[in-house]
Amino acid sequence: MAATLDASAPARPAAGALLTRAVREGGFAALVTLGLSFPILALRTEQNMANELVLIPRWSWVALLCIAVFIARFVQVFFVNKLTKTLLILGCFTLLGGLGRAVNAAFDSFAAIVFSVGALLLVLGLLWERRVETAGVSSPVSPATRARLSALTRYAGPVALGFIAAYPMITLALAGQGGSIKWIDNFGIQILIYIMLGWGLNIVVGLAGLLDLGYVAFYAVGAYSYALIATKVIPETFPALGVWAFWVCLPISGLLAALWGIILGFPVLRLRGDYLAIVTLAFGEIIRLVLINWVDFSNGYAGISTIPRPSFFGIPFTAADNGFAAVFGLEFSPIYRTIFLYYVIFALALLTAYVTLRLRRLPVGRAWEALREDEIACRSLGINTTNTKLTAFALGAMFGGFAGCFFAARQGFISPESFTFIESAQVLAIVVLGGAGSLVGVVISSIALVGGFEILRELDFLKQVFGENFDPTQYRTLLFGLAMVLIMLWKPRGLVSTREPTAFLKERKSVSSSLMKEGHG
Amino acid sequence: MSVRVTEAPAPVVGAGQPLLSVRGVKTYYGNIIALKGVDLDVNQGEIVTLIGANGAGKSTLMMTIFGSPRAREGRITFAGTDITQLPTHEIARLRISQSPEGRRVFPRMTVYENLQMGAAINDFAHFDEDVERMFALFPRLKERIGQRGGTLSGGEQQMLAIARALMARPKLLLLDEPSLGLAPLIVKQIFDAIRELNRKEGLTVFLVEQNAYHALKLAHRGYVMVNGVITMSGGGRELLADPQVRAAYLEGGHH
Repeated sequence: MAATLDASAPARPAAGALLTRAVREGGFAALVTLGLSFPILALRTEQNMANELVLIPRWSWVALLCIAVFIARFVQVFFVNKLTKTLLILGCFTLLGGLGRAVNAAFDSFAAIVFSVGALLLVLGLLWERRVETAGVSSPVSPATRARLSALTRYAGPVALGFIAAYPMITLALAGQGGSIKWIDNFGIQILIYIMLGWGLNIVVGLAGLLDLGYVAFYAVGAYSYALIATKVIPETFPALGVWAFWVCLPISGLLAALWGIILGFPVLRLRGDYLAIVTLAFGEIIRLVLINWVDFSNGYAGISTIPRPSFFGIPFTAADNGFAAVFGLEFSPIYRTIFLYYVIFALALLTAYVTLRLRRLPVGRAWEALREDEIACRSLGINTTNTKLTAFALGAMFGGFAGCFFAARQGFISPESFTFIESAQVLAIVVLGGAGSLVGVVISSIALVGGFEILRELDFLKQVFGENFDPTQYRTLLFGLAMVLIMLWKPRGLVSTREPTAFLKERKSVSSSLMKEGHG
Repeated sequence: MSVRVTEAPAPVVGAGQPLLSVRGVKTYYGNIIALKGVDLDVNQGEIVTLIGANGAGKSTLMMTIFGSPRAREGRITFAGTDITQLPTHEIARLRISQSPEGRRVFPRMTVYENLQMGAAINDFAHFDEDVERMFALFPRLKERIGQRGGTLSGGEQQMLAIARALMARPKLLLLDEPSLGLAPLIVKQIFDAIRELNRKEGLTVFLVEQNAYHALKLAHRGYVMVNGVITMSGGGRELLADPQVRAAYLEGGHH
């Protein structure tokens, strides 16, 4: 550290003052952490054999956390270069992880490995800082390489699309039939459902700028439409439709959800911002409460089971002679249905994206965006804001309904439990974190938030550090919140915050986003 | 645009009715009265200005003509149609365009997209032609065509707001304080453009201004508003020479 200080002396004459400031800020942050973590972390209550509550102090946890926060804040204040900061903070945290292992278990070879990795990161960070100070470079990537990289981003979209299309085959090749179901279903399908919901909500929140906290209502309408029609209406009226139920109900679910979108839209037309958010939140809860309490209609808490699964355009995925496997001369396996479901939701998501992209170029799409930008200007330009809002609600709801119909068909069982506020919040978080209005941003944040949570189940090695009782999935909400805070600190307008113009005078010119003020991009 | 008007030409008064007529309009914000019975006319082909101090009710009148807030009493007619009770977007569809107070360009949309929004009202008929007209009127906009509205300077935003309003091919253009916060040179450019539009295309303009000197020099006729009432009216030059107007709005002010 001393070497770094010496090297920086001419460039930063106030290094001593900076050091004092960094220590002071770090100490303050650590104090705040102490205050916050004391009631949560310091004392754990457990029942002993005699059924008595005993307090188990966990001061080492508190100490580790405070040290971690101190270091992070210190590094953040004291150093300027981003790579230095990242390396140093990662290094320190890895060291602390090793320390945690040593304290909680023993100083064994695992702890030693963690310690050396941490030390290596620290050394790298300090070496890099030295280079920054002496050679004056600020990034390990030269401008020429960066230009080449940004030229490559042109291909990022098609490559990503190709990867998503080939994903089931890739997992099948890597993990085999048995192992790949989890990866296709829990990761692939789950993420794609949220991408589709995100893209649907993006029309309402991202394009039209109407804050909707009750989006799950339309998801529920779609799911219950399919479940009720397929289990009650079709067997009684057109039993012959049987295998086609999903394909018949998909458009119906979308239309019913759109209808409910308009029904919600009417009373909230005059509302904006916080007020709109509260009413939509209430709407989402009303739908859920009706589904719980109107038992004759929806079977209440018990939900609806034995919902027919989608067929391969009339060929069911069963082991029977007319089943998919038999017809195509394959050995029966549940994997075919999973892969088919994956492609169904992939196609539905693509449809959503296609419609969104097309609409953005049409007057109605531009009116949505203008509405988001300035409602008063919009009205004085002769745009009927009532219709504009209603179409946004209806279309957003329709895609939510499609996703709901798919969800019911995939699960085979639905209950009001699946349509709680937290679902709305998660979809909204995906849209906001992704950068309101951006389709690519929604994809990235869906993968990060939904995929990230699923990954937590796979992180068994963390037990090596935190002890056998450690379950990473319990920290889901904490990590979710932390990710949100961090993204909002670093990218206040979402991951992809530049808005792509929809019309050009003659040629497509890049619109510099670096010229934009925050909140104006 | 270099030709300076030394003497305002006599306005072409339409046969009989004025294009816009405001009669006994009272507007309230809650229980507070903002307009206390305003009478005002704008004739076909005229530039009419309304001057007054901060809070006199100028912008309220402008907004009331556009139906938001609505007049609680009185009557506003445009080209013979009673527009007092019409919703804002339908008033706009009668070909009244507005460059609103504070410009209100769409900040994240490009200049080109902003112009498109202006043309939405007539379904993009003559769109390309009109864009070219706007470039001729405000060459600056052509340079900025792919730039986002929010990144423009104040003067450019004002030009964009006016151009966006003109894309609808309005019969009446309402301008709310186009000179607000702009450098004198830019103000002159914008006022010259308005004068040119009026002279060449016969565009009727209703202008609300605090910059009384420039506004009265530009206008054929003017009104003075104090505390929600029209206190004076007359020809632009006439008002400019009036000792009371001079004392209240011009002396010590900027010329």
